[in-house]
Amino acid sequence: MKKRLVVAFACGVLFAVGLGISGMTHPSKVLAFLDFAGDWDPSLALVMGSGVLVNLVLFRRATRRGAPLLAPSFYLTTRTAVDASLVGGAALFGVGWGLGGFCPGPALVSVVTGATPVVAFVVAMLASMGVYDWMEEGADASGLEPEV
Amino acid sequence: MNHFTPVASTLGGLLLGVASSLLFFANGRILGISGIVGEIPVTTGSNRAWRLVFLAGLLTGGGAILLVDRSALAFASEQTVPAAIAAGVLVGFGTRLSNGCTSGHGLCGVARLSKRSIVATLVFMATGALTVFVVRHVLHLGGGAS
Repeated sequence: MKKRLVVAFACGVLFAVGLGISGMTHPSKVLAFLDFAGDWDPSLALVMGSGVLVNLVLFRRATRRGAPLLAPSFYLTTRTAVDASLVGGAALFGVGWGLGGFCPGPALVSVVTGATPVVAFVVAMLASMGVYDWMEEGADASGLEPEV
Repeated sequence: MNHFTPVASTLGGLLLGVASSLLFFANGRILGISGIVGEIPVTTGSNRAWRLVFLAGLLTGGGAILLVDRSALAFASEQTVPAAIAAGVLVGFGTRLSNGCTSGHGLCGVARLSKRSIVATLVFMATGALTVFVVRHVLHLGGGAS
């Protein structure tokens, strides 16, 4: 239990530092990637590409082990359907991402600046997540990670 | 202001991969920010504890960046507060509805070759690019700031 929390904390720190080094904590850099008709900056593709490459190798290795090092099993979703929620949700997310240049990770990391637009984004994002949960009303509090 | 940063972005991306692989390898969890943070209010006990600790790590990392290199963080956003709020609402609701964001779907799910994640990633990339196109090249609003 304690070890798992240490790992979780370390992963949070590493992820934040990775976002900072990669330049993804700058919304302008994210928007420059999404701006294919403008002064295009392909940096984000390298961030995603190198991150996916590491995960491609290590996730496979982890699942081949059969179980994680510190937990009884992997927490993976059982969802497989490409449905309206998935596509519609991703579409809405993309519009918000394109408006602000922030996705959840970089926004949370940048909230330490205390800058008004960043704080406003994060508060709105968390409130909106809360509204979603309220609408779902515990329909999915199974403890299984619904991500992915 | 914006220029291609191949070395830093590749190194940073590798670190994102290491962090998400470590969380999966050790704890069996997917490093998806919207899922980890979004589930804090609806989970209990140890399932909530690790999420809070991860969030604390994320903020600590942000604080560390602030100390080492303030210029790595965005103080000025691209847009006004109302636009930031609108973006936040869309990002919050959209990521919860589709069960993931750039990290959970984009970095982890795509690497797991999950069909759902690959579709989600293509969709949010497409609507993101379309939004930037409309804002910058159709409406000619802002977008020049950094």
